[in-house]
Amino acid sequence: MPSSAILTLDDLRHRIRLLERPAARNGRILPFGIAAIDNHLPDGGLSQAALHEVAGGGPDAVHAASAALFAAGILARMDLPVLWCAMPCAGGGKLFAPGLAGAGLHPDRVIHAEAPDEATVLLVMEEALRHPGLSAVVGELSRLPMTASRRLVLAAEKSGVMALALHRAREGRPLLRPGDTGLTAATTRWCITPAPSASLSGFGSPGLQKTPVDGALGRARWQVALTRCRGGQPETWMMEACDAQGRLAVPAELAHGPAAARWVA
Amino acid sequence: MAADDRAAALGLHAGMAVTHAQAMVPGLMVVEADPAADAAALARLAAWCLRQYSPLVADDSPDGILLDVAGCTHLFGGEHAMLTHLTFRLARAGVAARAAVADTPGAAHGLARYARATVTILPAGADMAGGLGGLPIAALRLADATVQALRTLGFDTIGQLMAAPRAPLTKRVGMAVLRRLDQATGATVEPIEPIAAANLPRTRMGFPEPIATPDDLARAIALLAERLCEKLTRQGLGASRLDLVFGRVDGVTQAIRIGTSAATRDAGHLVRLLTAKLETIDPGFGIEAMVLSAPLALPLGACQTMSALCTPSHAPDLSSLIDTLTNRLGPERVFRMRPVESDVPERSVRAILPLARAEGANWPDRLPRPPRLFTPPRHIEAIALLPDHAPVQFTWRRRAHRIRRADGPERVFGEWWNCANEVWLNEAGLNAGPHEVGSHEAWPSEVWAVRDYFQVEDEAGQRFWLFRRGDGEHPDTGDLHWFLHGLFG
Repeated sequence: MPSSAILTLDDLRHRIRLLERPAARNGRILPFGIAAIDNHLPDGGLSQAALHEVAGGGPDAVHAASAALFAAGILARMDLPVLWCAMPCAGGGKLFAPGLAGAGLHPDRVIHAEAPDEATVLLVMEEALRHPGLSAVVGELSRLPMTASRRLVLAAEKSGVMALALHRAREGRPLLRPGDTGLTAATTRWCITPAPSASLSGFGSPGLQKTPVDGALGRARWQVALTRCRGGQPETWMMEACDAQGRLAVPAELAHGPAAARWVA
Repeated sequence: MAADDRAAALGLHAGMAVTHAQAMVPGLMVVEADPAADAAALARLAAWCLRQYSPLVADDSPDGILLDVAGCTHLFGGEHAMLTHLTFRLARAGVAARAAVADTPGAAHGLARYARATVTILPAGADMAGGLGGLPIAALRLADATVQALRTLGFDTIGQLMAAPRAPLTKRVGMAVLRRLDQATGATVEPIEPIAAANLPRTRMGFPEPIATPDDLARAIALLAERLCEKLTRQGLGASRLDLVFGRVDGVTQAIRIGTSAATRDAGHLVRLLTAKLETIDPGFGIEAMVLSAPLALPLGACQTMSALCTPSHAPDLSSLIDTLTNRLGPERVFRMRPVESDVPERSVRAILPLARAEGANWPDRLPRPPRLFTPPRHIEAIALLPDHAPVQFTWRRRAHRIRRADGPERVFGEWWNCANEVWLNEAGLNAGPHEVGSHEAWPSEVWAVRDYFQVEDEAGQRFWLFRRGDGEHPDTGDLHWFLHGLFG
């Protein structure tokens, strides 16, 4: 094929991508810094002018806490302030700022808003998404109707502020599970499930060695599942949880060798 | 003639002969009454209330001020908070004040003067007979002679007056009594005449035909805001609080009050804030006049408009967003968190204003803290070796979690200077919530209280933050119950 034809083809592909995903026009992409994930995502990372959903892999509050930390890790790698909108008396515990700071989200950057109900959470999110002075808006929701998600997407695309819908824990009711197709206009949906961490036997304090408990805690691990992705395929990775700068990491024993093939489903 | 608290303690009261008083208290200081100065002071106080509390303030001479607080209490976090704030600030300024909120000006007048508590609130729609029945008839704003006449007839309280048949009562004491009674109970409407403070930036708009549709009102608001902002620009001011007063054709006055986090004269922003509150206004048969004023205006210099050539370098201004959210959700509901130097986790955060100066302070990064915290901590059943081992297993919400790995203990001591006793979390505290712990007598302070925190991971990899009350050796430090305080995920 002559080179001019290749150029024309590339140009056409680019145009089609813009038609398919208007978010790509704003162009700001937040990579995870992990080749496996970034190469899999069609944009090479999370596009900022878009709506992303983060859910726990299970219905209970523990999974929701993992999801909150995953979201905090994403926000930690941006610059401008973020708005975190939640309902004050929702189940699963109150948001605790020192925990977010542990994932690299500095308290000076987080503006908290407490809304009386979910309809207000959506209103506040939409209002805040129009403000270009923010880098992201997080809303804790238990359900996200298609229309509401569409409104959030439009607001996010216009201003370039990332919208994150964080699925709240609802005891006794199933949350979105991997493979669930609750349709929304979100660009990606992530399901975070805690996974057993690597053993640090031998590194624990002497007191712990005498107990039946295995040993000291290492870095937490998550099964990070990309369950929906516009223009891409679902995928699951085993990752080490956010560090103090909000970065994920590939577990050391999976980084090389055949073990990786077993873990990555 | 008046006597203050200290004079009353000496047995003096208003209405006494001066010679009699001087005989009782040697060296008594008598100050001539100066009604003109009193009225001037009251007017100053009313103007201050207009600035601080409510757009509709009326004079209730000789010793009172009426505020129409409908639609402004949210700026203070409720009616009670507003009255407490008001009386506290007046007391600091040396003014003994009593305050009441009720549905009608008449009822509020009586409650403020004759209720037992300094701050009284009669909730909206409450039973007027119950709320006012116990007050003396003097609370009805009647002439002294009428009060005396009613007393002779055997009426002491408003309740007796309400129960009496109306026709014979009117015959004997005149219409005034029943009119005042109806005004207090809300049977007849009593408009208040709001004062207008001098030299506030304000604009007024009258309509030849009354308007009522939301679109018309929004257009009028836009025009008013534009004019007001021009005035503010000329005076070098920015509005920090705005009042929009609507005059209805039937004489009822309604108002919207909004606050901004930073002084502003951006007409578009002010219009957005005002129209968001428009739904609280009932236009009835139509609005014939609107007045927009800025009771709190702060100096705001001219600012350079951005050139297209240079890129903005400073942090973007969030105040317009914060204003919108604050006016929608309430001031306590939009905040930032800042670290407080305390080892007790729930005391280590404090909410501050969303636009407070960034201090860069952070929590120590070596101590793990969960993203979700339970307040109060949840009681759990745990199996653990004493004195300093992590639990092997615990049960929470009827599910058993077997611990595989653990970190700890991180020991947190009670703060001996604190008497709140929260660190103990005794049973009363757990049931009542951490802020209502009442057993101060039993435990004078937290001096002995100890919590041992463990971060544990169960077989599925879920991480929890647990603590044990007490150090496991000294029973003084706690009763060895286990609690779940947070979730790491």
